[in-house]
Amino acid sequence: MKKLILATTALALSAGIALADGHSVVRLGTEGAYAPWNFINDAGEVDGFERELGDELCSRAELTCEWVTNEWDSIIPNLVSGNYDAIMAGMSITAERDEVIDFTQNYSQPDPSSYLAKSADVDPATGVVAAQTNTIQASFIAEKGWTLLEFATPEETIAAVRDGEADAVLADTSYLTPIADEDAELTLLDKNELIGGGVGMGLRESDTELKAKFDAAIQSMKDDGSLNALIEKWEIGETF
Amino acid sequence: MFSYCADPSTLEGLKWMSCYLTTAKHMSLYWSFLTVLTLLAITAPAALLFGFGGASAARSRIAPLRWFGKAYIAIVRGVPDIAFFLFFVIALDQAFEWVRHQVKCPDWDEPIRQGNDFIVCQAAKLPLGNAPQWIHEVYGFSLAVLTFAIVFGAFAANVLYGAMRAVPRGQIETAEAYGMTSRQTFWRILVPQMWVYALPGLSNLWMVLIKATPLLFLLGVEDIVYWARELGGTKTARFTDYPHGDWRLWYFLALLVFYLAFTKVSEVFLDRLMRRLSHGQATMGAGS
Repeated sequence: MKKLILATTALALSAGIALADGHSVVRLGTEGAYAPWNFINDAGEVDGFERELGDELCSRAELTCEWVTNEWDSIIPNLVSGNYDAIMAGMSITAERDEVIDFTQNYSQPDPSSYLAKSADVDPATGVVAAQTNTIQASFIAEKGWTLLEFATPEETIAAVRDGEADAVLADTSYLTPIADEDAELTLLDKNELIGGGVGMGLRESDTELKAKFDAAIQSMKDDGSLNALIEKWEIGETF
Repeated sequence: MFSYCADPSTLEGLKWMSCYLTTAKHMSLYWSFLTVLTLLAITAPAALLFGFGGASAARSRIAPLRWFGKAYIAIVRGVPDIAFFLFFVIALDQAFEWVRHQVKCPDWDEPIRQGNDFIVCQAAKLPLGNAPQWIHEVYGFSLAVLTFAIVFGAFAANVLYGAMRAVPRGQIETAEAYGMTSRQTFWRILVPQMWVYALPGLSNLWMVLIKATPLLFLLGVEDIVYWARELGGTKTARFTDYPHGDWRLWYFLALLVFYLAFTKVSEVFLDRLMRRLSHGQATMGAGS
């Protein structure tokens, strides 16, 4: 009996300590629909470059992390209202987003964006270009004044090109390459756009402590080359 | 799941399909059907309760209660569902956390709203930050049920309000003549008789509620629409053992069949209920 009480007290105490600590469990939000960055694998779990990277960062920062998926459209609003603590969803660091949330240092190089189309002689400037809503690619096309067709998910942008609804889709090269490799109908245009400031982890602006922890963890992975190994493994793009 | 599923790339036809349809990811899809059915099973009675409360309030003799009932019906019915769903879930969540924050952390000195951030102390978080994922999911689901109940409750309130007025006046007068109090009249005469008038409207609402369940997806609950879209999307061989093209059409077709079958079953059931309730019912013409 005494033992039981002791164990209960210990449990209660440790629960109290866990509560007192700012982040006992860090919840990582991702989209789960953007391979190789993040996707849901056959087992129904979050997988991909960011899954592996995130898990490694958490173990280096000595944090317990948990993955949750969220729609891309509402991924920032749900972060600031506290549903999860960080975003790892292939989100490029932009000045516009930086006004609302904070970013860690980038964990990928500014990723070149490519066009995927049905034939190699499509001119994006005169045709209809598809892009996912709220992405750097969508604002890039809008700024150029080209005809933009926006979709909620990356999958739909590809489907639009297949159906002929759009002439080309603009997205990260790392996302489009495996699709172009497997589908004989689709080819990458011989034209790249360099947009965005690399991909970073998004955090609440008030969460400076967590940001410092992750910044340090990313730096340590950059220093020992393990980040580069992951980038090569998942064919994300250029290494650091 | 089956022993021959170890290397799907060597399989073909039915065998491949049997492996494909039993991946852990597909199991999540099948479970999500249960999520939808659970939602309906909890929401329908909850909405009816809200509706009954709203209708009773709207015909109350106490003015503030009557205003409250009428305002509830008018406001919720007048705002687009989707706007309400997006508003309510965030507002309810923040309201709960704010109340808990006031109770649990009275000596907190930082502002709750810092720019875009909504910050309450860790102990006030709902669910707690260190709670396992399933608690977060149950919490999200409960918020969804509550929102559905509030929205559909307003429509149900209007239906019941109308049904209460449709009960022949003579029935009430007779009850009063027998010396029943107004409370007795309400519970013993009015309520048992109003259902037959309410049923057509309520059955309509039930159909709309079934069709509205995909809104769950909007609320962040991984329902059948989420999984159908996720599973149906193009899968390249690098990231899965079961590569396939854009199969969303087939998945959504399956959802369509599910919803049609479900509403058909409901229709048959409601027809029977209607017939049973009308049995021996006093109607407008019956008294003469």
